[in-house]
Amino acid sequence: MFKIESKNVHLYYNDFHALKGISMTVKSNTVTALIGPSGCGKSTFLRLFNRMNDLIDGVKIEGEVLLDGKDIYNTKGLRTDELRKKVGMVFQKPNPFPKSIFENVAYGLRVNGISHKNFIEERVETSLKQAALWEEVKDKLKKSAFELSGGQQQRLCIARALAIEPSVVLMDEPASALDPISTAKIEELIYELKNKYTIMIVTHNMQQAGRVSDMTAFFYLGELIEYDHTQTIFTNPKDPKTQSYVTGRFG
Amino acid sequence: MSKFFRRFFEKLIEGILMLSGTVTSLTVLLIVVFLFSEGISLFNTSPVENKNAITVNHHNPVGHLSPAQVKDIFDQKITNWKDVGGKNDSIILFTINDISNYYSEEEIGSNFEFLPEKLDKLVDSIPGLLAVFNEKYVSKNFHGTVVKIDKNNLPDFISGTQWFPTAEPVVQLGVLPLIMGTFWVSIFAILFALPVGLATAIYMAEVANEKVRNIIKPIIELLAGIPSVVYGFFGLIVIVPEIQKIFNLPVGETALAGSIVLGIMALPTIITVSEDAIRNTPRAMKEASLALGANRWQTIHRVILPYSMSGISAAAILGIGRAIGETMAVLMVTGNAAVMPHSLLQPVRTIPATIAAELGEASQGGVHYKALFALGCILFVITMLINMWVEYISNKRKFTR
Repeated sequence: MFKIESKNVHLYYNDFHALKGISMTVKSNTVTALIGPSGCGKSTFLRLFNRMNDLIDGVKIEGEVLLDGKDIYNTKGLRTDELRKKVGMVFQKPNPFPKSIFENVAYGLRVNGISHKNFIEERVETSLKQAALWEEVKDKLKKSAFELSGGQQQRLCIARALAIEPSVVLMDEPASALDPISTAKIEELIYELKNKYTIMIVTHNMQQAGRVSDMTAFFYLGELIEYDHTQTIFTNPKDPKTQSYVTGRFG
Repeated sequence: MSKFFRRFFEKLIEGILMLSGTVTSLTVLLIVVFLFSEGISLFNTSPVENKNAITVNHHNPVGHLSPAQVKDIFDQKITNWKDVGGKNDSIILFTINDISNYYSEEEIGSNFEFLPEKLDKLVDSIPGLLAVFNEKYVSKNFHGTVVKIDKNNLPDFISGTQWFPTAEPVVQLGVLPLIMGTFWVSIFAILFALPVGLATAIYMAEVANEKVRNIIKPIIELLAGIPSVVYGFFGLIVIVPEIQKIFNLPVGETALAGSIVLGIMALPTIITVSEDAIRNTPRAMKEASLALGANRWQTIHRVILPYSMSGISAAAILGIGRAIGETMAVLMVTGNAAVMPHSLLQPVRTIPATIAAELGEASQGGVHYKALFALGCILFVITMLINMWVEYISNKRKFTR
């Protein structure tokens, strides 16, 4: 069974047809990169899986989106906040809360009704270690998250997403606002996280997609042009549009 | 040539703009200077009205009295000299109206020409006498003592609890009941208005859809446009009788009525300012919370409210500021008794209401008139401090972002 599946998904922002019949499957414990020029629908597609698009007025969705074989839009009794506990998300810009480092990571646990102190402390430590941030912040957990650098803040946001133990992590250009060294750290992290999580990542950076992902999907004007092993997409694409995009001729 | 005209017009417009700015600033400055020069001139003047002199027998050791003591003597709360630092002897009051009890009209003379002499004799003959008469009747070789009355001064003005600006022979200028009345009414107004206002702001910013918001928002803005006398009228006709009925009071004009009316009046300020603050919470912050599985209420409670807290505090303080300066509505519903407030179900009097009610009957340049200006200064200082506080809080918010 596939971890994630979309079947002929159409999405409209009022009159604008943003996704045109996307069908795609993702296996467990893989990294899938979504690439394509700006406005091609890749971020919108990513946000389908934790229903973030619901926050926007005038969105209409057709087709099926499955997580572990269950339709996340039409299954009775599946609440959106429950879904979001299984599908974590990291955003383009680091967006820590104006709280302490500790409280940022503990937030997801607290809103899910967990108040057991030792358990929270344990989860915070594990998550920060998974996000490769523990060594840098273990002595200043009580300090404001704003005191961290941009790269550290983004890793904090990753730790925050991991703390509630999701099975899928969505990343919307997680390194686009960071310097090369921080970017490298994040990429390394993504590679390691693959063992435990299924990861989907939107990126503008071809090299990054090539480095971190197993599968790559190329989107253009709301359509999924090509979806294959990353190796194939970058070396031997079937579609000429993919070819010209990955070689940098447009985008 | 056209280039010259264009430059000329540019300079002209620049001049007009600068002039407007200067005139406005000067007007504000002028008002403040006027207020303070009138207000401060109260201090170091005598609180004794109508050029009266207060005199005692020359054997009496009491050489000076405070305005409050004089009042207590005239109210017969103090009847013995030993209570004001004199000998153990009862106080005998004498005002010029009592002169016929001692001397006939012939003795005084048709033009009061013998009055100073008789008064001197009277004061000299009765050891326990406290006599009040116009200082022009104090004879040149007066044997008694003219008692010094404490001059009006700032500490007594602010801490005094008696406000009788037209009392005879010495006015009582204690504004503490008025200051307390103002704060009392304003703070309870905010206690009523803040929960309702904040709830409305959260509803409008986070819960209501665009359609509902487009209906509610203009209504709230309309609330700000209603003249305050209409609020007062509403309070007087609707709220005051209700309070009287519910609490079974002799009169319904109470601090509670004032607080409710002021609370309603402060609502638009609180709602608009806190709604803005709530809307200023970055979208990324909200999305981060929702993406972690928090529901809408958890997001409001744990992220949006803490983030907009400084804006909400600013809204509350601005609301207090609005309530403190409000005059007409309060004047109409609070009952205006200048006493220290200790219950919400009691009439109180605020600073603005006092000024509005009394300035018309105070004679220009008199002690009462100056005292009202000094009250105005106090109000000005209070509202200025509040504005500075708001400024400080909103600046602090900018730095944490």
